[in-house]
Amino acid sequence: MREFSRDEIDSVLDLAESLEPYARGGKCEALSGKILALLFFEPSTRTRLSFETAMMRLGGKTLSLGPAEGSAIAKGESLADTIRVIGAYADALVIRHPKEGSARLASQFSPVPVLNAGDGAGHHPTQTLLDLYTIRKESSLENLKIALVGDLKYGRTVHSLAYALALYGADITLVSPPTLEMPAQIKLDLAGKGTSVYETHDLDEVIRDVDVLYVTRIQRERFPDPYEYQKVAKSYRIAPENLVGAREGLIIMHPLPRVDEITPEVDETEHAVYFKQSFYGVPVRMALLKMLIGDRLD
Amino acid sequence: MKLRVTPIGNGTVIDHIPAGQALNVLKILGIDRTTEATISVLMNVTSRRSGKKDIVKVEDRELEEEEVNKISLIAPGATINIIRNRQVVEKYTVDMPDLIVGVLRCPNPSCISNTNEPIKSQLLVKSKNPVVLRCVYCEQPITEKIADYLI
Repeated sequence: MREFSRDEIDSVLDLAESLEPYARGGKCEALSGKILALLFFEPSTRTRLSFETAMMRLGGKTLSLGPAEGSAIAKGESLADTIRVIGAYADALVIRHPKEGSARLASQFSPVPVLNAGDGAGHHPTQTLLDLYTIRKESSLENLKIALVGDLKYGRTVHSLAYALALYGADITLVSPPTLEMPAQIKLDLAGKGTSVYETHDLDEVIRDVDVLYVTRIQRERFPDPYEYQKVAKSYRIAPENLVGAREGLIIMHPLPRVDEITPEVDETEHAVYFKQSFYGVPVRMALLKMLIGDRLD
Repeated sequence: MKLRVTPIGNGTVIDHIPAGQALNVLKILGIDRTTEATISVLMNVTSRRSGKKDIVKVEDRELEEEEVNKISLIAPGATINIIRNRQVVEKYTVDMPDLIVGVLRCPNPSCISNTNEPIKSQLLVKSKNPVVLRCVYCEQPITEKIADYLI
């Protein structure tokens, strides 16, 4: 994500906006006759189905390698060879793989464009693009005040998002338990780009002061002591009573799946946009596919 | 100071290597027991410039600038002297390349470059002083204990 310029991101988001009617079911044959190969070496529901939907909404077809076949291949054959073989069957590849840097390796060996759908603890750029699209649609990327909440240490989506938000000059507040703070290197990088970064452990302190709450899951396995986990998880749980006094246009985002970070009662409020956010993955991925394998003339 | 090893007639002298790094320099240059050239290694020689230094002499072989520049990772101030007929015909200080290929492994155990894929490690040089390298694949930075990651 760090290699994207703001102009490049904006052009993806603009195209996604123009394709949104087709993401909702309008007939489109832009990628008719094209094949997208989905190579998932790790389980994923949302990302895989969303790519599949995106391709089908553009009139194209998909073929996919499930996690079982993927891991069987990974045992014997190098990823480079798998990519060379399947790259010859399709017009583009989507890859999710547990090793960091795997998508870059794939792009070196693939004869066709490669989209990174998550490389271990590394990157998940299409998630970042759909997050930006959601903010642009449901709030605004200009003069944005955003709080990133939850596991900021291991959560790759918040790392990529923070870098991208720095391009838009956002004011970023980091809200996490002390043991799950954002890595120092990333904070330094952000500060180096002139981004204002404020850090706190107290969610209530910031809720009234931001346009976007970006909530992530705090994973139980990060805590050796179940009691410690319960205490932390509870203090970062968002319920309607926490939202009293929040800005009228506040939006709450979450990359999903959620467990109990956001209570179901919040779903009924105007603040909740996480299901729309998940849908916006379709037009954003349609835009990327069209840019990569669509006919340049149309 | 009396030199313990006599000057060479033809070949390459690598001077001003930080004390203790001579063997790592040989490792980076791929000089090992299969090399037929005569190699002299001097360690902890008194130096006016830096107190102590190491020197490596490779006889009858003129090392290419491209291969020798890789040693700048651990010996940034090293000087290279190309000798012909006992005369120094070329002298320069090593310069770090922008991309280091196949010399250091990425420190990240989860990086795809540390698996059995048919690739060489690739590290981008983000800064030469202080040395900051970044893996082309997983983007993990390396800033210290660089010699620990020699392949």
